[in-house]
Amino acid sequence: MTAAVGAAAGAATPGGPPPVPVEAVAGRRRRRLTPYLLLLPGGLWLLLFFVVPSVQLAGTSLYDRSGSLETGYSQTFAFVNYLDAIGAYWPHLLRSAGYAGIATVICLVLGYPLAYAIAHKAGRWRTLLLVCVIAPFFTTFLVRTLAWKSILSDNGPVVGVLRAVPFVPDDFRLLATPAAVVCGLVYNFLPFMVLPLYASLERLDGRLLEAAGDLYAKPVTTFRWVTLPLSMPGVVAGTLLTFIPAAGDYINAELLGTPNQYMVGNVIDSAFLVRLDYPQAAALSFLLMATILVMVLSYVRAAGTEEVV
Amino acid sequence: MLDATWSRRTVLRGLLTAGAAVGAGSMLSACGMRGTRQSPDSCRSTDESADDPRLTISNWPLYIDVDENDESRRPTLDAFVASTGIDVTYQEDVNDNNEFFGKVRNQLSACQPVDRDIMVLTDWMAARMIRLGWVQKLDRSALPNVEANLLDSLRGRSWDPGTDYAVPWQTGLAGIAYNGTVAKEVRTVEELLTRPDLHGKVTCLSEMRDTMGLIMLSMGHDPADFTEDQFDEALTTLQVAVDSGQIRRFTGNDYAQELARGDIAACVGWSGDVIQLNFTDENIRFVTPESGVMLWSDNMQVPNRATHRANAQEWINYYYEPAVAAELAAYVNYICPVQGAQAEMEKIDPELAANPLIFPDESVLSTAKVFMALNEAQERIFEQKFQQVIGA
Repeated sequence: MTAAVGAAAGAATPGGPPPVPVEAVAGRRRRRLTPYLLLLPGGLWLLLFFVVPSVQLAGTSLYDRSGSLETGYSQTFAFVNYLDAIGAYWPHLLRSAGYAGIATVICLVLGYPLAYAIAHKAGRWRTLLLVCVIAPFFTTFLVRTLAWKSILSDNGPVVGVLRAVPFVPDDFRLLATPAAVVCGLVYNFLPFMVLPLYASLERLDGRLLEAAGDLYAKPVTTFRWVTLPLSMPGVVAGTLLTFIPAAGDYINAELLGTPNQYMVGNVIDSAFLVRLDYPQAAALSFLLMATILVMVLSYVRAAGTEEVV
Repeated sequence: MLDATWSRRTVLRGLLTAGAAVGAGSMLSACGMRGTRQSPDSCRSTDESADDPRLTISNWPLYIDVDENDESRRPTLDAFVASTGIDVTYQEDVNDNNEFFGKVRNQLSACQPVDRDIMVLTDWMAARMIRLGWVQKLDRSALPNVEANLLDSLRGRSWDPGTDYAVPWQTGLAGIAYNGTVAKEVRTVEELLTRPDLHGKVTCLSEMRDTMGLIMLSMGHDPADFTEDQFDEALTTLQVAVDSGQIRRFTGNDYAQELARGDIAACVGWSGDVIQLNFTDENIRFVTPESGVMLWSDNMQVPNRATHRANAQEWINYYYEPAVAAELAAYVNYICPVQGAQAEMEKIDPELAANPLIFPDESVLSTAKVFMALNEAQERIFEQKFQQVIGA
């Protein structure tokens, strides 16, 4: 033990409670620091790749829009940019929320039974089925969406079958309609719904269901009062993981839709790359983030599952 | 015992201070943005071509001849390397003008090198590069073949009248394409935008200059010299077609598959794509409307700070030898910008030499227009209006 440490220990004690051994103090301090040190890489990452870009984005969104790439932009805190953006593109913002919301609900309706079946009824096929859910991710997003173009094509199999159904007009088509865009979103984001649902349903204790049955609960009642509440963390995680990327997506609208189906992502893309209107692109990006944040927060509050978020 | 001086509070305070510092730094950078115009005279590097026989080129995919038996060999490029001793790095990394602009914007606006000696960009983007002062002036005396062989209709383009900054690599037409299996022949732009049997089965290009140019031509206006009123008039016509549902969507290159499948019956398209489709399905045809067609080019430019301008000029000059140009055109099937290549093509493939979409005759070329040069303000206004109509 060095003199310095001894002095430090001595200085801490006069008249107080019995001295704590020096090594224990150091050990406790180190332990207290550990979480911060562990947070450091993630914190730095967030700072560099989230906080700094967000501040810059906010700054850009307030530039004077009469500037240009050639002459430069001056910072005038032009909050009117936000009003302009909402005024011109509110349909796109609504459409983004609407399409993403519909897609999320369809994903939930499709994904819940699927996840339940994989978790409890699949037996030895479970791994294979899970791989099947993930397998589409082995090809890129773009190729998967382009494949849907062929599937929904006017001369493709789906439309061909539907046209044979009575009361469906002969010029019926799917491609270039809102339905096609929602289909694409559902397909592309379904695994994000299935995997968290599977994770929480898989942990479901079968004995609880048996107990419910012993207490004369009908299957519907058991589902309502036992299965569903226990799987809520999965439902919330799944809907968030589906809704958030779907709301910002623009590939599906671009490839499967028409200008009348364009979402806010398409507008941002065009404002940033084609029209070179950086302030407006930044303002729309911020609006999109804010919209999603508000919707997600109110959803999480309503769903009331603190443990997932 | 450094740890002993760290408490929870100091750590937090330290992190917050660091955060605030970085935040303030980025806030400063968010205080505005300087203009990006540069001067090619001051923003340049010394030409190292003489001591450093290298050349780096960025071009579009599938835009150079490839040996049929060995895909790693590119006959005209290999011959260039063999005869000049210049080591060429050929990159196919231009997929989209706007995207490429985003890629090089930060470097070129800060007068930094982009590590490329030649980049190939479409007319309007090439014009923007010149306007921003981001490309070097070429030495015309090093380009005798261009002087002698460049097609007349590509000389004196309004945005580069002396061919000082941009030399066409390949050229093409924007006109009407239709799938004869699905629809009867489409002769005019009016038919395309109004014929009931095409309703919902039409696409137009999201490239403003091609789509708007064709519509203006059909109304008797000159895309090479028009007023804002004439543009607005043409835009109203387009708006009506969008609102009525006649136009299904606006596309880039991706209309080709849809046209081949018959999902769309007719569209505004590019001649090079349609030739390729025509090889596999001869019902897919390209129409040059009588009112006129749009002529576009992809142009070779030497960016500021590129260190091999002399090598680049040697490359440009080489591809303006008619025999080389013919060999290239036989593979890529776009319009060859080189006079005399047609005669050379007779030796390679007489059928291609007679193809009006590779070697258009005078009657077509005389109706072909190059879209007017726009200054930045005009470009923004027109692009904004057009984007509004096409829905983005």
